[in-house]
Amino acid sequence: MTKQNNSDEERIILEDIESRLSSFGKDRWNLIPILQMIQTRHHYLPADAIRMVANYLDIAACEVYGVATFYNQFRFNPPGKHPIQVCLGTACHVSGGDIILENFERKLGIREGETTEDREFSLERVACVGCCALAPVAVVDKIVHGRMAPSKVEGLLLGFQIEKEKQERAKRSDESNL
Amino acid sequence: MITLTIDNREITAKEGATLLQVCLDHDIYIPHLCYLEGMEHAAASCRLCFVEIEGVAGPVTSCTTIVKEGMVVKTDTEVVRHLQRASLQLLLSVHHVDCAHCPANRKCALQDMAKFLKVGLKPKYLEQHLKEPEIDQGHPYLDYYPNRCVLCGRCVLVCKNSHDRPFLTFAKRGLDTVISFYEEDRAEMPCDECLACVEICPVSALMKRKVG
Ligand code: SF4
Ligand code: SF4
Ligand code: FES
Ligand code: FES
Repeated sequence: MTKQNNSDEERIILEDIESRLSSFGKDRWNLIPILQMIQTRHHYLPADAIRMVANYLDIAACEVYGVATFYNQFRFNPPGKHPIQVCLGTACHVSGGDIILENFERKLGIREGETTEDREFSLERVACVGCCALAPVAVVDKIVHGRMAPSKVEGLLLGFQIEKEKQERAKRSDESNL
Repeated sequence: MITLTIDNREITAKEGATLLQVCLDHDIYIPHLCYLEGMEHAAASCRLCFVEIEGVAGPVTSCTTIVKEGMVVKTDTEVVRHLQRASLQLLLSVHHVDCAHCPANRKCALQDMAKFLKVGLKPKYLEQHLKEPEIDQGHPYLDYYPNRCVLCGRCVLVCKNSHDRPFLTFAKRGLDTVISFYEEDRAEMPCDECLACVEICPVSALMKRKVG
């Protein structure tokens, strides 16, 4: 079911990309503008989109991939419902941002740049988010959490879990009331 | 033909030749990794092939230097060796040194250079940074060992030279840089019969996958 949904969703994304490609020239220097267009519209670069762009510009898919992985702005997995960004800017780095990132990775069972299978969470590292005094910082659902610590990582994720269970319970009781 | 002096030897060379190639052709060894004979634009990324040239300030990479009439070159100065040792040690600090289990053992560019420069294979003053996983099996025919790879780029270059659309690329950046592939239709990949990259790799970081 979700698989089906995912591929439907990807098909729509690919159709959208295809319809926009023709507004770009075919010289290879259009590669980054095209990737930026896809990233802005769809928040990630699906694997088939990389192949599509390669064909359009008549270059190798691995070259497109090589260029895209060089820049932090491009993602390769769809964003989760709750995007988590861990700051590894200078101030956060020296105050243990990497430990916070590692904590999220372990608790969610994904690596930086990935999305959990249920699409609930995605994890990425970012450079300075502009509140170094609160280092180390994580941004969860666009809300800044300062002075992060492993216990706070645990607390945040637990909060989401409780919220989700509550919603599910509410949904179930709605259904049984019908 | 032009004449130049390298390590006090008078040498005649073809016009337009690179200094590194001329030295190698005359059995003057200069450590190098990223240069390939006949390449059009040297990437000069390994920072190993330094020499000093009279009248030129500071050491220069010999793979990017075209020989000139009357040039006076020294390949064995203290400054040059110092730079080469530093480059090699940095490479070794991101290299999984495990010669006994490595297929490149005894035909390895790193071992050769370490011996030549009198550098230990396990640099004492640098932290080790290894990548994960140890083997990347994303390619249908090849195994890639990121912790052996010295990122010389020779594989990318030979692949590009022999196919209009290459199948190898550098990916990511900084300490995370790796050689990468992109999943393509297996039937359209010539790799099984080509293996040019496997052959050119100086450290056995690309290997044909053993089946069964
Ligand atoms: S795989 Fe081998 S040839 Fe390719 S960059 Fe790495 S060390 Fe060089
Ligand atoms: S085997 Fe040949 S085609 Fe395949 S990656 Fe290596 S050089 Fe390129
Ligand atoms: S470095 Fe993290 S907020 Fe500035
Ligand atoms: S051979 Fe000259 S920099 Fe690598």
